[in-house]
Amino acid sequence: MSDVSDRLYRRRRLVNGFNLVASGLCAAFGLFWLVWILWTTLAHGIAAMKPGLFTQMTPPPGSDGGLANALFGSLVMSVLAILIGTPIGIAAGTYLAEFARKKPLGEAIRFVNDILLSAPSIVLGLFVYTLVVRQMGHFSGLAGGIALALIVLPVVVRTTDEMLQLVPSQMREAALSLGIPQWKVTLQVLYRSALPGIVTGILLALARISGETAPLLFTALNNQYWTHDLTSPMASVPVVIFQYAMSPYESWQSLAWAGAFVVTVFVLLLSVLSRAILLRNKVSHD
Amino acid sequence: MTDAHFSVAPAAVPAAAAAPALGERPKMSARNLDFFYNGFHALKNVSLDVAEKRVTALIGPSGCGKSTLLRVFNRIYSIYPKLEAKGEVLLDGENILDPRFPLNRLRSKVGMVFQKPVPFPMSIYDNIAYGIRHYEKLPKSEMDVRVEQALTQGALWNEVKDKLRQSALGLSGGQQQRLCIARAVALRPEVILLDEPTSALDPIATGKIEQLVAELKDHYTIAIVTHNMQQAARCSDFTAFMYLGELIEFGATETLFTKPTKKQTEDYITGRFG
Repeated sequence: MSDVSDRLYRRRRLVNGFNLVASGLCAAFGLFWLVWILWTTLAHGIAAMKPGLFTQMTPPPGSDGGLANALFGSLVMSVLAILIGTPIGIAAGTYLAEFARKKPLGEAIRFVNDILLSAPSIVLGLFVYTLVVRQMGHFSGLAGGIALALIVLPVVVRTTDEMLQLVPSQMREAALSLGIPQWKVTLQVLYRSALPGIVTGILLALARISGETAPLLFTALNNQYWTHDLTSPMASVPVVIFQYAMSPYESWQSLAWAGAFVVTVFVLLLSVLSRAILLRNKVSHD
Repeated sequence: MTDAHFSVAPAAVPAAAAAPALGERPKMSARNLDFFYNGFHALKNVSLDVAEKRVTALIGPSGCGKSTLLRVFNRIYSIYPKLEAKGEVLLDGENILDPRFPLNRLRSKVGMVFQKPVPFPMSIYDNIAYGIRHYEKLPKSEMDVRVEQALTQGALWNEVKDKLRQSALGLSGGQQQRLCIARAVALRPEVILLDEPTSALDPIATGKIEQLVAELKDHYTIAIVTHNMQQAARCSDFTAFMYLGELIEFGATETLFTKPTKKQTEDYITGRFG
């Protein structure tokens, strides 16, 4: 009897040990590439950092310059995308979570939204190209912002929907049992409860669009000069990285590294910030 | 809301077998009430009076329908699809199940406290003031008075008076539950429904809530669902025993616990129930 259980125990220990080592190796394998990429970006990026990066325009080959116009363009189009995508996304997510839960229409919208969420961004770029660029007759920052908004939108819909669904139903019951109408309960009680999660979703959407290149190639194109005119083509960091990294000029390549470094640090900061928001909220709830 | 235009003639009350003459004025009455969860028959022809300014306890094993009955009394069940109540529930003689009965007026008159304390994610002060603001525009000084009154009635004032601006989420479970009671009381309802209000609390917090219930019945009609028979015996005037969706026995608490007339009731209160 004890012989059998001894054998069973040994076997389990063996299987456990094997699986532990195997999954550890898999994790190390995945992380290895990530660390390598980050390390290369940081090493080259820091070397290419210089004060003029944030004040000078993108230069012609051979001369000195910075990324000021590209950074500004990225900022403008990202803000535009957030301004367009967030209100619509929050409203749609609220509809899904609070007013169409478990209804066929809600399920259908949620499904379509998930498709939009995983749609290749180049397809969204082409879509906006036909919709906006072709109508206007030229590339523009506005079109770039709209393309990015289409990426923001499903992310915000999804997080708003999920965060509201995470609010315990007792909270709804408690507020509704005070005789307060549903729309007021949603705005004043449920949003408050779901806010950290929704803000995190917006920050992650911002992180995602700050590195998007494909949708901007078809919409905002690029611009060698500073512009704050939304109807003219606009530079952006990812597109400049793409253009400069492919070039044979060393000064351009170094600027591309610097751009990659800035974007990486920005995304990293956004991730840390969103984690901090979620974590702080978790602590205060306990 | 045009409440003044609304009136439903008091229904002719059928002689309901399960509702004994309690010698009290009924504040709320269920009349031949049936309830269906997506087709499942959860309440079967229940008739019961909740006496004014008394505590009525609903007891019975899990799934017997006692919480369901409570949740019909302020129609909170109606926020979920596929639930249906048939029959009548009267509040001062008006049928609240009538779709024409204004839902939010009902809920302002019939407050509810749930099993799990759910403070809103705002300050202690705002938790109380939130409901009041919806119904009344009060200057700050009057609002302060109302909040203090409610928290005093909820037996919480002395513990929180110095931290009214702090988040209610920082209170202990028992304090949160008293806050929820104060929040319900703040609207000056007529009836308070308590759905297992102490099942998530420790014995000390439970004692405080029970004491609070005893004080509240001077002003409010109270219906309480509880799994704890000692609790029902301690703090209620009338007790209803339910089983499998039916009201088995209903009467004065003392009588029901000492001289139950039905075998099932006796088995349950003596702990022999399978």
